[in-house]
Amino acid sequence: MLETTSTLKRTPFYARHMALGAKMVPFAGFEMPIQYEGIVAEHRAVRAAVGVFDVSHMGEIRLTGPGARAYAGRLVTNEVSAIPNGKAVYSPMCLDSGGIVDDLLVYATGQDRLLVVNAANFDKDLTWIREHAPSDVKVLDENEDTAQLAVQGPMAEDVVARVYGDEVRSLEFYTFFERGSGEDWTLVSRTGYTGEDGFEIYVRPSRALETWDRLFEAGAPALIRPIGLGARDTLRLEMGYCLYGNDIDETTNPLEAGLAWTVRLEKKGGFIGREALVRSKSAGLARKLIGLVLEGERIARHGCEVALQGRVVGAVTSGSMGISIGKPVAMAYTEAGHTAPGTKLEVRTRGHETPAAVTPRPMYPRGSVRAPKPRRAE
Amino acid sequence: MNVPKDLRYTKEHEWVRVRGDEAEIGITDFAQGELGDVVFVELPSAGARVAQMKGFGTIDAVKTVSDLFAPVSGEVVAVNPELKDNPALINQSPYEKGWMIRIRMASPAELESLLTADAYEKALGAHA
Repeated sequence: MLETTSTLKRTPFYARHMALGAKMVPFAGFEMPIQYEGIVAEHRAVRAAVGVFDVSHMGEIRLTGPGARAYAGRLVTNEVSAIPNGKAVYSPMCLDSGGIVDDLLVYATGQDRLLVVNAANFDKDLTWIREHAPSDVKVLDENEDTAQLAVQGPMAEDVVARVYGDEVRSLEFYTFFERGSGEDWTLVSRTGYTGEDGFEIYVRPSRALETWDRLFEAGAPALIRPIGLGARDTLRLEMGYCLYGNDIDETTNPLEAGLAWTVRLEKKGGFIGREALVRSKSAGLARKLIGLVLEGERIARHGCEVALQGRVVGAVTSGSMGISIGKPVAMAYTEAGHTAPGTKLEVRTRGHETPAAVTPRPMYPRGSVRAPKPRRAE
Repeated sequence: MNVPKDLRYTKEHEWVRVRGDEAEIGITDFAQGELGDVVFVELPSAGARVAQMKGFGTIDAVKTVSDLFAPVSGEVVAVNPELKDNPALINQSPYEKGWMIRIRMASPAELESLLTADAYEKALGAHA
């Protein structure tokens, strides 16, 4: 491992992870819990009840100033300028080439836009956003000032409402409210990365441990549990949600990745990468990111070849056990023409040709999430 | 960390239990903890021949896949039939119910090249 423990950052919840006996691993420069009792049990707990994830490694960048709304719109492919206060939007952020710099959440908080980005991309994103910022926008690094927990599962609403009140129950999917200021600032958002109903809660680090403790107290009747990054990955993969660095990166564009629903080619003011995406769309996509469900028990891993009757037509980007599906699942880029649901392919898993069927994303469609995909911004 | 005294070990975290001219083989408590939840093990069939320190199978955990190395050479005489339906036995009971294969040893002298429990524990110390 390239990262040594001494150089790793810790989140404000580190003491809780230690007390719970979490297995800690280096992840994007942080020492993070990969599991507590085990990935399978944690995955099932989120599908059946409710779990809490420390996602404080995610990065927060605030755009403020008179030009913030318009600039956010230029940076990302989805509509984030003309959205009301209290709305959250998922979007890729592209290079001029249409390749993906990062995928992120954009929160419309008054005239500001709060961007929540992947930990591994934080420095790159901050540089990119500062380089392109017009003079009427200030770019604020709020990463060190923000702790984040995700509370996910069919019982999440009851737990979060017990802590934050009934306003929680009236939050629609991909909306949020903010309360307080200074050290008491809290943002509660009905969003997540698991396919279950759930919330993401942002607080200042000085309030992190009390927030954790209040959620666990409120969740005790629902047998709330801490969930590590391992189950976060198996949960998101069953939903066919992209993981940056595996399924999407600077060499893939949002259209290929099945994220066309986040790309507003027609939006006012355009956006960085628009021209490349228009060209890509009119030329026709050469490849697409598909979901796969495998037969047998062998698990496909990142990089495994995908073949059709012996000819390689693609490669796996993410693969794991589909714990709630009961079969191994994967995502892969395959050549156009071999992407229709039901298409039979073979995945080369370490010398074996494992049969697999193209399956629509989400591969696990039975989650409690309010919509299988975040809706397009209105 | 559970490291039974009566077993021999490899640096790759397999254990061997000797019964006459047969060697029962599995992976250690440390190994199952590092791998996390095991979801599939691929093992040779009875009658197959394995060679010391050559791969004899693979083990899929949720997060990763790992090769299994034979601590000794010989012929596979038994494969744990429970693991196909319940690979989690490797996590729950790595030294007992989670055993993988039994080998009739071709050369019991190979056992001398394996680590004692104390030596294995010392090697683990470097991980801690």
